[in-house]
Formats: sequence, structure tokens, C-alpha cells
Amino acid sequence: MSLPTDQQLIDFVIREARLLDQHRFDEWLDLFAEDGIYWMPLEWGQTDARLTASLMREDKLLLTIRVERLKGNRTFSQKPKSRCHHVLQTPQVDKRDEAANEYVTWTPMHYVETRYDDQQLYAAWATHTLTVIDGKLKIRLKRVDLVNSEAAFGNIQLFM
Amino acid sequence: MSRYRDNVEAVRNLVRPAEVHRDVYIDEEVFQLEMEHLYASTWVYVGHDSQIPNPGDYYGTTIGLQPVLMVRHTDMTVHVLYNRCPHKGTRITTETCGNAGKFFRCPYHAWSFKTDGSLLAIPLRKGYENTGFEESHAARGMAPVRHVHNYRGFVFAKLKDVGPGFEEFFGESLSSFDNMVDRSPVGKLEVAGGVLRYMHNCNWKMLVENQTDTCHPMVAHESSAGTAIDVWKKAPPGTKKPMAVEIYAPFVSPYEFFEQMGIRIWPNGHGHTGVHHSIHSDYSAIPGYFDKMIAAYGEERAKQILGENRHNTCYFPNLMIKGPIQLIRLFKPLAANKTLVESWTFRLVDAPDMLLERTLMYNRLINAPTSVVGHDDVEMYERAQEGLHVDANQWVNVQRLYRSEEKPDITAETNGTTEWQMRNQFHAWVKYMTLSMDGQAA
Repeated sequence: MSLPTDQQLIDFVIREARLLDQHRFDEWLDLFAEDGIYWMPLEWGQTDARLTASLMREDKLLLTIRVERLKGNRTFSQKPKSRCHHVLQTPQVDKRDEAANEYVTWTPMHYVETRYDDQQLYAAWATHTLTVIDGKLKIRLKRVDLVNSEAAFGNIQLFM
Repeated sequence: MSRYRDNVEAVRNLVRPAEVHRDVYIDEEVFQLEMEHLYASTWVYVGHDSQIPNPGDYYGTTIGLQPVLMVRHTDMTVHVLYNRCPHKGTRITTETCGNAGKFFRCPYHAWSFKTDGSLLAIPLRKGYENTGFEESHAARGMAPVRHVHNYRGFVFAKLKDVGPGFEEFFGESLSSFDNMVDRSPVGKLEVAGGVLRYMHNCNWKMLVENQTDTCHPMVAHESSAGTAIDVWKKAPPGTKKPMAVEIYAPFVSPYEFFEQMGIRIWPNGHGHTGVHHSIHSDYSAIPGYFDKMIAAYGEERAKQILGENRHNTCYFPNLMIKGPIQLIRLFKPLAANKTLVESWTFRLVDAPDMLLERTLMYNRLINAPTSVVGHDDVEMYERAQEGLHVDANQWVNVQRLYRSEEKPDITAETNGTTEWQMRNQFHAWVKYMTLSMDGQAA
């Protein structure tokens, strides 16, 4: 693949959510470019990630720490394990910049995370900035804007 | 049945020299009494004055469960007002912060109040003529909290008249605030970045105790900090250690590290970890910062300020500050088993932006609802909140390095793994729970 079709972009975003729901975290990490970032802003319409707080702003090293921690025998907050479930609207292709090798999709979604008897529902918009590397789509930036990003949340242990 | 109300002895009996009854964590009546007595008789952190720089600026928060407004009056002084209209009780503001202009105006009947709370105007005022209105509660306007103190920008308030004044209550513990403020080349802090809010299903005191609990990091945080080190070890040789790894790694330092870092306790329940060094001691230098500090303070004083690396300073009852990384955490009690943790970050005015960047990274890696370190801790608090319902043993142990000759309300430096600071907090807890119970309430 050198120039992805819109359908390929859409399929990528949907598959990404499926990997999370199925706890296939190593495969999920492979979807990120080496300099890829996962970002959950704290503010509505946040533009700055450096001098404004974020709920999460992690490069591949930090994401790898999370994924490895989820497997750990002494990761007590994952005994029992959390589970998650994504319901996505069809991703919309907002931008195709073939010259810059950059594609942006926008996906409203509901995300459920559960542990024990507790089930939390979150509503969010996911914005994927994708690029093609060695013939495969990769995530340069996955931005998750929660509808109520400034609310006081309990633990969010998995990935939206 | 009321077990603790109007029973000072029963409240006192909840705390023994080295153990604490579970009801201080799980009993709703004890919690209610904490709100009425402990949180009303102590100096509780309200906010920072940089949140309200201009006349009319306000910030809404709570002291215990009491809704209050911190407001900048026209004469630039900071006032704390109860956030209700004296007329029908309507909350005056619902936005967390904003500017009221020259006066607050109740959205229900348009009563208005000066920014010190005093009544300014009532529509159709003649309806109150010859009614004795002047003698009413309502005529006094939005009630001010009478005891307010602004210490180098940090605003505290005490709801009741009982209890020591600000300086006596905090004493030498204020040195931790001094160190945080002095780290700015111009001696000034500003709230910056945004507050992280994290809901915990546990009692507020579990969080406070955790701040000086130095025997848990290498155990509870093995999963997060330990994994961070393991993953980092696989990086190609010569890779620069990222800021995030510098932040995570010290959490799993060995017991000796924490023993040697020391704990200092102060009267009235205050205390701090990291007398000699701390998990914040070995961060990489921020380019340009030390030079600015030397220019501002001279080399000797600059080294003295930056050589102080206190870990967690606990201000009784519910505030913790981290001077070396300009961060504070406020443990807001909501119920016996519910606590809202607010983690606030500060900019050192006139210092390089990279310091704020590090502060914000620390906050989201350690204190956000998405934080793996946070997940480790919450799991322990919530397990304790449940485990304490076991009837067979109703006591929590705080005996580590206890000596029967231990004196209350003194200043002392000791081994960094002691639970003396927890005992110190509970001594203060009894004192301020019972201070206004004997009918001396204001």
C-alpha cells in the first residue's frame, strides 16, 4: 500500500479498536509508528500538550511500559483484569495529504471499561493521524477527546 | 443510634498511641463529626491567589463539605465567602472560576453583594422597610469566613473561632512552602497547566497517610516503576534516559534509600519525608535554570534552595506539597468512603518552561486517573476500605519505630520508614476533633 483508500483508513481504525477489546496489546502497539503518540487532552479543544496538562500523553516507550505492566504478576490493580468495549461510529476521513503522507480520521465513540461489578461509560471523539510506513498504515497520533474531559474520573486502566 | 456525637470519650478512644480504630475510616457519623469539628477548627487550604489575580476574580471550592468562594476584593485583599445567597440559599456562582465584576449578583432575585460579601442592593428594597430586616441574617450579605490567611500566595481559612492562629498552627512547617516559592528566581508561583481530578472510593485519611508511607513504594509500585525500569533496560546503549524514566524509577528504590532519606515531624500533625534526600534529588538539571537562580540569589543561597529536596510535606489535615517539583495535592473528603483528589501544578515565575513541562509530566504520570502509579495505590486504598469491615480485628496498626517515650506535638527528625508522622496526624486528629466538642464551639 502506498496510497491508502478511504476504506483502508476506516478499516484500520475499526481494527485498532478490536485489538484493544480483545486485549491484543502487543499487536496494538505495533500499529504505532516509532515516534507515535497517544494523547488524551484534559481541556476542551486543547491545542498545547507541553505546558497544559493532559490526562495522558505517551510515546511508544511509555505505552510499552503500560502494556508490559498489564501482563505483570504483581499488577494488583489488574487482579481481576479490566475489560473494555468500543462502539465506534463509522470513521470519517477528514484529511488526505498524499504528498505529506498524512491521513486524518475522526471517529465519535462510546467506550466502556469494566472491572468487578463496576462498569463505566465514556463518550469521546478519536482523531487518528495516520501515515504509511513500509507499505503499512501506522499511527502517528491518536488523540482521544473525552466529552467530559475535566470531570473527576476514577481509574481508567486500559486504552480508549 | 448515635455512638460518637456528644461523646467526646468515645471519639478519643478511637486513637491509641500506636493503633487506630477502623471507625475513623469507615463510620459515617465519625465522618460527619470530622466535617463539623476537625475541618472547621483547622486551617484548611482553599486555593492560590494567582487563581484570582484581578479584582472581582473568584474561585469556587469547598472547605470540608462547605461550598466557599475565594475572591479578590476591590482593595486587592483575598476574601473567602460562603457560596450561598443569604436570601433563599441559591448558590451565587456555579462556574469554578470567573470574574464577578464590581459585585456578585444572585441569579434568582438579583440581590447583589460587594466582593467582600457585604450586601449592596436589593430590588424593591422598600418592601423590607419596617420589617426588622436590619437584624436578619440576610442583611449581613454573603457570610465571610472570618479567619483567612494568605501565606506567600497560598490561601488558608478556618471556619470556627476555636483553635490556634495561622502561624502557631503551622509553625516551622511553613519552610516547605518557602522552599517551593524560593525556587522561583523572583520568589513567585502561579497556578499553571490545569488541575487533575481523581475520584477515590476510600477515606481521605488513607491518602494522607500514604504520603509519608515509605514502606509501600517498592512493593505496591513494583508493577509500574519496576516495569518502567525493565522496559528502559532494553533501550539501545547510549540512549539518553528520558524524563519519564527519571520520574518513575526512584519509586522502587530499596528500603535503605527511604530509611536514610529521613522524616521530620512538626506539631499539629504536619510532617515531611525527605530530610536528607528524596526521590526528587537526582533529576537532570534544567538548562539555564541554575544560572538564573545564582543571578537572583547568589551562588550559596541558590545551592541551599535547590539542595533542599523534600519529598512530601503533609499539612494537616488534607494538603500535601512537593516543593522540588511545584505540585500540591488536596484530598477533599466527600464521604467516609469517597475522596476527590485534586493535583495542582505551579509555574516558577521567571524560570525556564521546561520546569513546568516536567511538573506536568510528573502530575500525569503519577496523579492522573490514567496513571499506573495511581492505579497501584487506589487498589490498596480500596482493598483497605473493604477489608476494614472485618470484625475480628477492628484496629489499624501504626506502630513502626514507635517508642513509648514518644512525645506529642514536638519537632523531630528520624528514620525515614517510621510511622511517627501517621501517629502525629492522629494525635492532631483527636485534638481538633474534640476541640469544639465540649461546648466551647464558636
